[in-house]
Amino acid sequence: MAEREGRPSPEALLAAAKQEGRGRLKIFLGAAPGVGKTYEMLLSAQARRRDGVDVVVGIVETHGRRETEALLDGLEVVARQQDDYKGHLLAEMDLDAILKRRPQLVLVDELAHTNAPGSRHPKRYLDVEELIAAGIDVFTTLNIQHVESLNDVIARITRIRVRETVPDSILDQADDIEVVDLSPEDLTKRLREGKVYVPQQAERAIRHYFSTGNLTALRELALRRTAQRVDEQLLSHMREHAISGPWPAGERVLVCVSEAPATAGLIRYARRVADHVRAPWTAIYVETARTQRLGNAERDRIADFLRLAERLGASTITIPGRNIAEEVVAYSTSNNITQIVIGKSDRSRWFEMVHGSVVHELVRKTGQISVHVISADDSEAPPPKSVQTRPTVEPFRMEAYLGSIGFTGVALGIGLLIKQVIAVQSISLVFLTAVLASAIAWGLWPSMFTAVVSMLAYNFFFLPPIYTFTIADPENVLALFFFLVVAVIVSNVTARARSQIVTARSRAKTTAELYAFSRKVAGIGAVDDLLWATAFQISSMLNVRTVLLLPAKDGEGLDVVSGYPPEDHLDDADMAAARWTWEHNRAAGRGADTLPGGKRLFLPLRTGSGSVGVIGIDRDVPGPLLTPDERRLLDALCDQAAVAIERISLAKGLDEARVLAETERLRAALLTSISHDLRTPLASILGTVSSLRSFPEKYGATEREELLATLQDEAERLNRFVANLLDMTRLESGAIELKIEFIDVAEIIGSALQRAGNVLAGHRVEVEIEPGLPMLRLDAVLFEQVLFNLFDNAAKYSPAGSRIDLRAKRDGELVEIEVVDEGPGIPPADFERIFNKFYRVQAQDRRRAGTGLGLAICRGFVEALGGWIVARNRRDRSGAVLTIRMPVVPEIDAARQPAMAHG
Amino acid sequence: MRLASRRWPMAKGNAVLVVDDEPPIRRFLRTSLAASDYRVVEADDAANAMRLLAAEKPDLVVLDLGLPDRSGLELIAEIRKTSTVPIVVLSARHDERSKVEALDLGADDYISKPFGMAELMARLRAALRHAFQAQGELPAFVSGDLTVDLVRRHVTREGQEVKLSPKEFDLLRHLVTHAGKVLTHRHLLREVWGPAQAEEVQYLRVFIRGLRQKLEPDPTRPTHILTELGVGYRLQLPPEQRA
Repeated sequence: MAEREGRPSPEALLAAAKQEGRGRLKIFLGAAPGVGKTYEMLLSAQARRRDGVDVVVGIVETHGRRETEALLDGLEVVARQQDDYKGHLLAEMDLDAILKRRPQLVLVDELAHTNAPGSRHPKRYLDVEELIAAGIDVFTTLNIQHVESLNDVIARITRIRVRETVPDSILDQADDIEVVDLSPEDLTKRLREGKVYVPQQAERAIRHYFSTGNLTALRELALRRTAQRVDEQLLSHMREHAISGPWPAGERVLVCVSEAPATAGLIRYARRVADHVRAPWTAIYVETARTQRLGNAERDRIADFLRLAERLGASTITIPGRNIAEEVVAYSTSNNITQIVIGKSDRSRWFEMVHGSVVHELVRKTGQISVHVISADDSEAPPPKSVQTRPTVEPFRMEAYLGSIGFTGVALGIGLLIKQVIAVQSISLVFLTAVLASAIAWGLWPSMFTAVVSMLAYNFFFLPPIYTFTIADPENVLALFFFLVVAVIVSNVTARARSQIVTARSRAKTTAELYAFSRKVAGIGAVDDLLWATAFQISSMLNVRTVLLLPAKDGEGLDVVSGYPPEDHLDDADMAAARWTWEHNRAAGRGADTLPGGKRLFLPLRTGSGSVGVIGIDRDVPGPLLTPDERRLLDALCDQAAVAIERISLAKGLDEARVLAETERLRAALLTSISHDLRTPLASILGTVSSLRSFPEKYGATEREELLATLQDEAERLNRFVANLLDMTRLESGAIELKIEFIDVAEIIGSALQRAGNVLAGHRVEVEIEPGLPMLRLDAVLFEQVLFNLFDNAAKYSPAGSRIDLRAKRDGELVEIEVVDEGPGIPPADFERIFNKFYRVQAQDRRRAGTGLGLAICRGFVEALGGWIVARNRRDRSGAVLTIRMPVVPEIDAARQPAMAHG
Repeated sequence: MRLASRRWPMAKGNAVLVVDDEPPIRRFLRTSLAASDYRVVEADDAANAMRLLAAEKPDLVVLDLGLPDRSGLELIAEIRKTSTVPIVVLSARHDERSKVEALDLGADDYISKPFGMAELMARLRAALRHAFQAQGELPAFVSGDLTVDLVRRHVTREGQEVKLSPKEFDLLRHLVTHAGKVLTHRHLLREVWGPAQAEEVQYLRVFIRGLRQKLEPDPTRPTHILTELGVGYRLQLPPEQRA
């Protein structure tokens, strides 16, 4: 009995969480065509339909088999998408129609199918992944020979290599695998009866593919693969439920990747080994000095192999080093690798004796670790690239060869000159100099060319008989031979040094550019600037057109946010590719696996914490967009840009958080203030009223009058506070409708004084209005409120009985209105702050506590009316001065006034 | 005949229709008005108001502009189709537009919520008085130290004659004939200057300023010609008629 202990492993829980919301995948796996997978799938689908499941047929190929067709009866079939491709009418599954239809279960036949060019995904299994991701269950069929990791095994068994493969990961994703099994005899019988292919085809098929031996092998593979999957399911079930079991103890598999085409088979072998021992596995590539000399095709291949390994579930690593075997051993020991898979070298024994053999060295040095040396099948073509890159071709340069001839000419001239002066034997050294110069200037082939030309010239002009290509002295033949050998070696060595210099230079340039770019983006604080700089830099460094897309503000889809040259719109195909890239965090568009028909190539901008956006590039040249070097540079630039974008959005998030905190603080202040300001008068009102009602007999006329006065004062205070709150709300919500008219300042002041009568009752108010003040363009009601609040404020903050001055005068193009009190004044630090909401100067006595809104409203209103308001202290004595300044607008048409006055 | 000596038809027994959907407001108006010898009829919406208007024939209507079934402004227009009953509107502060609109539609006066009872009583009395003497023009107006003799076009302040331009006098006469009642800018401009000038509010302000210079003891704190911000002007009734 399994013992339950510990907690479920986090990986298992993560995987389970990922499964939620996804559709379920069931694969009907068969050993060969004709075993009845489609039939079985339809049978299950019919059963599900009877259970009330919403089943549709996405695509089912019946190949004219009658029993199969009969099973389609009653199932809804989604119409295929008709694509007219090069004159052929191709009918592909309509992915979008299915996604729109959203059935519970969709039937998709032949998982390994390759879609017609121009489809969203090049492969049908990618369509299926999208369906599952959308939460739709899928039934699909698959033949075992299409499984990627078994591909070369089956090719060896059947001698037929199947081009259409599906990655093993899709089998791992499957929630169910049902093996549709038929004994080889029955299958052959069915074939002969014409139930699978038409008779002639069938006969040929039986002879070539459907031999009993083949079928038995395929059948075994299908069953074994399924058993393996079942095993995995059991394991993952045990992990999920924290059932500890007999885990294979710490097996780890490492596969060594090289540029050899056979590496693909090696990787698949490693995957099988890893699966077999249920171990994690890693693909390693050691970057040595040799790597630098590899052609782009080889380097691309290495990258593709690593990607293949990743697809098959490996983690990959590239480490730099001097000696491959040493690095592999070092990595293996430090990472507890138990098995190493390496390809058998196809080099000659002679080569190995000179250069040493990595395999031998590895076997010698690994000690405890098992080494699998695999001879892989070379016949296989390199795997297709996931993003195609453009080969870099060293152009043929005529001038290099002409220059080489020039160098030889100069050497010849010098040689002839020397010969005139002194008789030396070693004129050949002069020619060697020419070879050296040529190698330094142009590299290997021009220098080899120089070596040959020099040899001919040396022979022709210096070796007797001169002016012929014949050589009399055998000693000279030997000299000439060694000359050539030395020249070739010198060429090689020098050219290699040169190419290393060139590589180093281009690396240095790339590094410098990257550094410049990262410095540039690091200093940018605004997203827009950053995006523009990124687009510009990438465009100019790679000589491409760039667009950048970020998720739209409303959370729906992507927006083009920048481009160089400026671009703000993408056509539908490109937009679809960009969205796909965003949603799946993988490259799409031109030259990629998905939507390769797009004009641009889209890549996700990724950081450690996820995607931040999408970049799209295109270029006028046909074919693949980028060379591998450019692709690597682009990746580096994208990483930089992504990090910078993330940094800015994080900073923005931080700012928003700060603003939010500030708002929260204000809200808290508001609540405190409101609850205090509302409750205080309410408490007095309720208290007073209840006293009056409860003990009417206790109060004489005077007391009663006093209580009633309190009642009225407090109610008025409450009223003022509510009015202030309303004003503030109107101000902040922008709900104020201004009614601007020419207003007589004196009239407004009078009106405000009248309204403030009660408030000002305890003070002496002196009004001083300069005669002949111009009318002001104002909203009378708002301005009166401003004056009222200023009076209220002055009365509140100055002792009873003191004097409040109101002065209005003209000052140039302004009218200045001052409210001056005899209170304690305002601390200079608060001159600005008193206009903030809910700010109150700390008063010694609590009774002065106001709403903290009055002056904020004043500022809001005055500014809305085109003026401004400031605070200062009196110079002659203590006291505050609040000054409003309003601009004078040219007054009404003066010519019409007298006419009216007398009219 | 001296205005001061005339006995006004006072509030005794006058029926007031209170139209407001807030029960607390109705309750407080009912108590206070009954205490001042008004007979109070209450309606909580426009439909009831129209019904009671026909049934009870009130002498005065106090109308809240916010009613549940239709707008108070519509109700004013409808009442004015059949009746000249004085209407005093209860309105919110800061809603000058509806105040002006209500007055233009034929309401006699308004009062902003919240209001004091004394103020409301003064408004009601002014409205009632105008209804009773709408036909005849007042021969004279006396308020404190100010006397206006409309027949002789003679104005004195503290016994001294005040010289007014013809337009100033026309404006003053208009204010005097509607003393105690708010007059909108539009109304004054139309009546004094003619319909063409109805929008030229600043002219009106110039003349009001002129009048105040001549009639008010302290023009910055007017006691006679009061400003109703955003709405218009009101000539203050003499203190004995306000109380």
